[in-house]
Amino acid sequence: MNIFIFGLVNSVILALMASGFALVYGVSRLANFAHGALYILAGFATWLFLNRLGINYIGSIFLSIIIVSIIGGAIYRFLLIRVKGMPASEIIASLAIGIAIMELFRWRGFISEAYMLPPFVAGSVSIAGVVIDWQRLIIIGVGLAMMLSLWLFTHHTKVGLSLRAIAQDKHASMMSGIEPDRTAVIALAMGSALAGVAAVVILPLGNITVETGYMVLIDAIAVCIIGGLGSWAGVLAGAFLLGFSRILTAAFIGPHWQMVVVLLFIILTLILKPSGLLGRQKELEERV
Amino acid sequence: MDEKIRRRERLDRGIKVRTEGIYAISSWRGIAYTSLPTAAFVLGLLIIPLAVTSMTWQKIIIIACVFAFLALSFDFLAHFVGIVCLGGAFFTGVGGYISGVLNSAFGVPLVITIPIATIGGAVICTLFLLPCLPMRGIYFAIVSLMYPLLFARVIQALDIFGGTDGLPGLATFPNTWVELYLILPMILILTFGLRRLVNEDFGIVLRAIKDNDQAVRASNINITWYKMKAVFLGSAIGCFAGAYLAHLYGWVGISLFALDFSIFPIAATVVGGVGTLVGPVIGAIILTMFSEMLREFGPLRVVFYSLILAGLVILNTGGLVPYLQRKYYQFEHWIEI
Repeated sequence: MNIFIFGLVNSVILALMASGFALVYGVSRLANFAHGALYILAGFATWLFLNRLGINYIGSIFLSIIIVSIIGGAIYRFLLIRVKGMPASEIIASLAIGIAIMELFRWRGFISEAYMLPPFVAGSVSIAGVVIDWQRLIIIGVGLAMMLSLWLFTHHTKVGLSLRAIAQDKHASMMSGIEPDRTAVIALAMGSALAGVAAVVILPLGNITVETGYMVLIDAIAVCIIGGLGSWAGVLAGAFLLGFSRILTAAFIGPHWQMVVVLLFIILTLILKPSGLLGRQKELEERV
Repeated sequence: MDEKIRRRERLDRGIKVRTEGIYAISSWRGIAYTSLPTAAFVLGLLIIPLAVTSMTWQKIIIIACVFAFLALSFDFLAHFVGIVCLGGAFFTGVGGYISGVLNSAFGVPLVITIPIATIGGAVICTLFLLPCLPMRGIYFAIVSLMYPLLFARVIQALDIFGGTDGLPGLATFPNTWVELYLILPMILILTFGLRRLVNEDFGIVLRAIKDNDQAVRASNINITWYKMKAVFLGSAIGCFAGAYLAHLYGWVGISLFALDFSIFPIAATVVGGVGTLVGPVIGAIILTMFSEMLREFGPLRVVFYSLILAGLVILNTGGLVPYLQRKYYQFEHWIEI
């Protein structure tokens, strides 16, 4: 039971981290290597609003999510748009932007223990004999709500439908008057907002550190590769596979081996099924 | 309608046209013109250490050379094979740890550990990167970026190879001159060797893979096999840099997997000029000196060169070497159209 609940929490955390990356890649085929940087940017922004500017907690959360999403959109609109269609340049440019953001925080001295966000609701609760704190339950709730609202957004709103259209067939959707650049800006803004949401719900579990940014980037990419790049169900499948296997490894072999398991899964995925668990559509295109 | 549009026209210099091919040896001036860039590069590299007197600057040149190795490896893989490798740190880490472990645990001398680390490290790196070679797109970049971070975590977590403290007390080089004149000729050999290689048949296949892999496959050539050989070469260069670095400091630690070794060489390549092979070396030297001047900024230096990198990539500047080549081989003038 213990393993089941914490595996579930871990999986939802991974799904939250990866969803922003998957959205951006799915819509605009852009590997946003600044994802981890946007994640910790949201965390530090919330901390700054809360502790330096004295805005209340809910206000600072919303403000920082909005700011991160504007920054994400701006990164595409003003910077990455110029290297569109050149995968190597896209990767290098976004990685460089991400590193610049993260190392800027390190330089400003955001590396001490003091940077942590308070949990939304303190205390813990016991479910079926397992003691679990409220924050982890909130994470599960937010994760479910996010998946549901994303599904509703992409299936029942005009903007969401245009995002899906671009992801499915770029040329046909351009012919029906959908602008790929505008949808890419929206996708990046939304992806960054998702990173921000993930950050504000997950970061209260621990300290905010610069290294978190790199780890989030790795986790997000690992989930996306295992589940299949650009596939929604794949993100969920990858997150659950990775989340549960990490908890199982930590419980039965030792917490040190968690990273080895991630590595092993990625290598196995690339050897056995390079398009990921549920990524079918681009198999021909990506396999030479 | 009177508005005149002016445009800059570039023409090859007469002497460049005259000295192409066998006619280069028809006059001393022609010989000088064609051999000047190469001679300047070779002599410049060999003379730099004599020109600077202080120990600090000699050390800086050595570090610049280590980065030049990684930059060469990146440039070769990215612009001649079409593999974007963001994991320079993976190569240095693997190379450094192999030679460190051999030296500290088995007492193997430095002259043997460095070659073993170069070849063995390259084999290990290639095996680890092999799964993502048949794939097109961003897989290689992603996976190569992840490996150094993961390996550092694994070493830290499992507490193997000295864990967080690393392995101190490795054999070092006898003196600075050995350090310098081991690595400088190596750089020259590599630069010209790689340039030769990419113009050989093998290199033509590699460049074809970069441009159109399906066409290469249609010619009954195994792409993965060729890519594997290229990655072996690239990682051998990186592993040598790592092993050299380990013996330079007499210490290996997880800082060999630091992101600096991945991002700095890419920045150096972009500064020097992509796809030129000489550019990365010059870029590495310039950028290391620049970074040395910014020493007091500490961690902010990483921000500086990430911003330089992002800016240059986004603005799509050709880099320093193509610019100089243009100035050297061509002249420009304004024409009205």
